[in-house]
Amino acid sequence: MIYLDNSATTKPYTEVLTSFEQVSQKFYGNPSSIHDLGIEAEKLFLKARKQAAQLLGITSNEIVFNSGGTEGNNTAIKGIALAHQNRGNHIITSQIEHPSVLEACRSLESLGFDITYLPVNKNGVVSVSDVEKAITDKTILLSIMHVNNELGTIQPIEEIGKVAKRYPKLFFHVDHVQGFGKVDLQLKDSGIDLCTISGHKIHGLKGTGLLYIKRGTKIFPLLHGGDQEMGYRSGTENLAGVVSLVKALRLTIERQQADLKRLEVRMEKLRQQLTTIDGVVINTPPQHAPHILNISVPGFKPEVIIHALGEKNIFISTKSACSSKTPDESAVLNACAIKPELSKSALRISLSYDTTEHDIAVFCQALKEVKDQLSKVMG
Amino acid sequence: MQYDHIIIRYGEIALKGKNRKEFTNKLHENVARKLKPFSQIKIKKTRDRMYVHLNGEDPSIIMEQCTDIFGIQSMSAAIKVPNEEDIIKEAALYALNKTENAQTFKVTVKRVNKEFPIGSQQFNQVLGGHLLANTDGYTVDVHQPDIEIHVEIRQDATFITSKKVMGAGGLPVGTAGKTLLLLSGGIDSPVAGYLTMKRGVQVEAIHFHSPPYTSERAKQKVIDLAQQLTAFGNKVKIHVVPFTKLQQTIHREIPNGYSMTVMRRMMMRISERVAEKENILSLTTGENLGQVASQTMESMNAINQVTNYPILRPLLTMDKDEIIDISKKINTYDISIRPFEDCCTVFVPTAPKTKPKRDKVAYYESLVDFSAELEETIEGIETIEVTQKSSNDELDDLL
Repeated sequence: MIYLDNSATTKPYTEVLTSFEQVSQKFYGNPSSIHDLGIEAEKLFLKARKQAAQLLGITSNEIVFNSGGTEGNNTAIKGIALAHQNRGNHIITSQIEHPSVLEACRSLESLGFDITYLPVNKNGVVSVSDVEKAITDKTILLSIMHVNNELGTIQPIEEIGKVAKRYPKLFFHVDHVQGFGKVDLQLKDSGIDLCTISGHKIHGLKGTGLLYIKRGTKIFPLLHGGDQEMGYRSGTENLAGVVSLVKALRLTIERQQADLKRLEVRMEKLRQQLTTIDGVVINTPPQHAPHILNISVPGFKPEVIIHALGEKNIFISTKSACSSKTPDESAVLNACAIKPELSKSALRISLSYDTTEHDIAVFCQALKEVKDQLSKVMG
Repeated sequence: MQYDHIIIRYGEIALKGKNRKEFTNKLHENVARKLKPFSQIKIKKTRDRMYVHLNGEDPSIIMEQCTDIFGIQSMSAAIKVPNEEDIIKEAALYALNKTENAQTFKVTVKRVNKEFPIGSQQFNQVLGGHLLANTDGYTVDVHQPDIEIHVEIRQDATFITSKKVMGAGGLPVGTAGKTLLLLSGGIDSPVAGYLTMKRGVQVEAIHFHSPPYTSERAKQKVIDLAQQLTAFGNKVKIHVVPFTKLQQTIHREIPNGYSMTVMRRMMMRISERVAEKENILSLTTGENLGQVASQTMESMNAINQVTNYPILRPLLTMDKDEIIDISKKINTYDISIRPFEDCCTVFVPTAPKTKPKRDKVAYYESLVDFSAELEETIEGIETIEVTQKSSNDELDDLL
């Protein structure tokens, strides 16, 4: 099996599963209980929190553990909007955000918020000056993703952070779900106030994730209850999930340090080999994250190609899995002014640190065969 | 060319005539222990400073490691080169190019080795000229430069440094004996411990634990605080005193207004006994004049009656804000504010005497025979040793 759909989700690391199982069995106490089982659980919980903070270069109480990317993005956006609506009702985001950002923003429109959806240029990148121009004295939130999930383009978060710093009235949220472990992002002193990270995109488990909330940032929680997670997110702590997430964070960072160069080489190989196949167009601009490549085979329905590859045990995807149920053109690709013909037939290949050169060669060969076969049938 | 050394400058050690050697040895030991994970580095100590040979390690990471070590006045990354004009020029240029956010500079040459053919003053100008000629946008400012390039020509080699990083100051931990710190779990006592450590004192802690009135969490909190303090010294021993029985007796037998004072006196008696046994010559508390009922002048007088060991009170004259600032700086604040009861808060009387009298306390105490319970309590003390590397191996594996 060759799995090249790592931006949809990843295979959990064995170590992550082991930790999850052990914690579930041994530390099932509720960290808020005051008996010994609870205390042991809390000790582990505090340690996990501390390690996560060290790995991210922030402090322990700036981390809110949650269920993943969708929750992180919703909490950040709705949480800021509801807590600070007395200051203003304007939110700035981009046209290429993940549905959990875009739909959260749309839901706020129905409550009377005013949303600016910034366009991107041909290279799929938001312009920093557009961001600054869009800011008004009613702007309370800026939400821009780091690495785009469909194209793999990288947004200029560092520069936008510098702009954000000059507007103390607004908060800056970054969706870092696709970027973590692949493209570095500094949180501390960066101008970033909130940052979403998801577990299952980095070989952790589904239903785990965290939201960085910079010290002193007030949000309106989505979940009220027992005031866990400093009141930002009530609900009994998912200790096994949290420990597995923190382990995934650590392992991913270690893999990044050891293997990033290798991943970049693989991506380069993939690009090269794809350009030798007739009729394959690469949609991802030259500057991009080392693990995502978007291509089109114009004239062929992407689903057909995916199914044909699936028969050969090779797995890739159309657009983002989260929006692949809505048909036809990719909104992200359209926003990048990619021709409808290409945007209709887009395919996404996403690698992991475990992808081998052999995987890539086999995939390219298979794609070529599938294409030839299909053109005979369809031609 | 790169920064290949760290120069560590001693603080007050330089002043301490006869003890000097002991101080520098201790500091060397403390630095070596802290840098143990970096197996590549080599440390050389001399009379007035220490040289850390980096062997490829990142200078800023190594200096970061050393910022908590008492006895260090300042540190600089340095380039070591032979005493040759051209190479020194090159190194000075490297140092200037490496600096960020500087527009003006100044060169200071110190020629310890008088055999070097060019005089300090003249070499100053030569180097300044060389730097100006080979860079863009810098000007010389001899009064308030953004960056100062130091060139020190010593017997065997020349060291070029620029930025100075301030050290923690103080004296090397372990050079001024040991103290027994009354560690409650609050904000003040860890800060008091830190400040005594700053003066070279090694700290052991004593904690009064009253299960089931106080939870395991309160004890864990104290262990975590001690763990945090090990960043400034090597290890911290914690003597955990099973205080429940004695506390219940006090609560039952002593008039409400005086129970707090008697409790504090018991703590002092027990602490003194532990100190005596461990060869510790003083006690340290986080007491702060006037802060709460037990910390009035009268109260201190009444409590102090039971021991003639010196009680160090480093926070005595500080404001709460100042204490909190330090506790945040040394990362104990977040641990201290975890909301668990400690033994002082559980049995707090409704109206403690803020001005207890010595003779009255002594009188009330004389009506009860505490001796058996006191001995039993001391018997039951549990000692935990906390080192820089914590012992939670099982938990580490999970993460």
